[in-house]
Amino acid sequence: MNIQVNLEEIDNNLTGFIRGEIDAHTAPVLREKLEAFQNQDGLKAVLDLSDVDYMDSTGLGVFVAFYKSVNAKGGHVKLKGLSSRLKRLFDITGLGEIMDIESAGKGGN
Amino acid sequence: MRPFDYVEMRVPAKSQYVGVARLTISGLASRIGFSFDDIEDLKIASSEAVTNAVQHAYTEGEEGEVVIGCALYNDKIEIMVADHGQSFDFEETKAKVGPYHDQEEGAFLREGGLGLYLIETLMDEVKVHHQEGVTVFMTKYVGGEQVEEDVETISS
Repeated sequence: MNIQVNLEEIDNNLTGFIRGEIDAHTAPVLREKLEAFQNQDGLKAVLDLSDVDYMDSTGLGVFVAFYKSVNAKGGHVKLKGLSSRLKRLFDITGLGEIMDIESAGKGGN
Repeated sequence: MRPFDYVEMRVPAKSQYVGVARLTISGLASRIGFSFDDIEDLKIASSEAVTNAVQHAYTEGEEGEVVIGCALYNDKIEIMVADHGQSFDFEETKAKVGPYHDQEEGAFLREGGLGLYLIETLMDEVKVHHQEGVTVFMTKYVGGEQVEEDVETISS
């Protein structure tokens, strides 16, 4: 039950790769790492969740908080590589319609 | 003889045990024959309930324990999560928990964020009981919610 968060920022473009399980125990690690970038003006963040095996509302809370902060600074957050399970979690909470989310195996921009 | 097998866990009210409870419940659910998707739903719902209990114990400043009781039937699993350390009489507590009311539980829902909402969405029945702490009681049926509960199965 661990999480691995790799974030790399070049010229205000943040690329992130998250691996493992996001729950009450691991979410603070993710939150702390994302908070380091969320107040930059016009940040463009793309977070790859294709290796996230499990997530619950604590994970949703972290992504919503990050999304709100980045949006407030004129930036954009995209989540990509979501499994159908993860996508469902965003959909049933209504967050799927608000946030920019791309499922695994789906094409698009 | 009881019509169900009962498994009880008692874990410290610390976040690192949320995953342990989740994996144990996943193992129990797979024994009853829940589908992969249903087991994933159960993992999320039980994590949400245990997370709420851990956070509640934490805000109370107690070094408490969370008790998780699971009743395993042929066709359903009942999970009870209590944020107060005392072990409970499963049947007695089950009889006491009332239906969940949106307005009453508003504060609980806000505290837990989306947690209780997810529990309600992913489980078939949810009840919340406030007395000596908070107890969440939730049920999931194998293959979805049953219309009739008292139908006898053909094989034994």
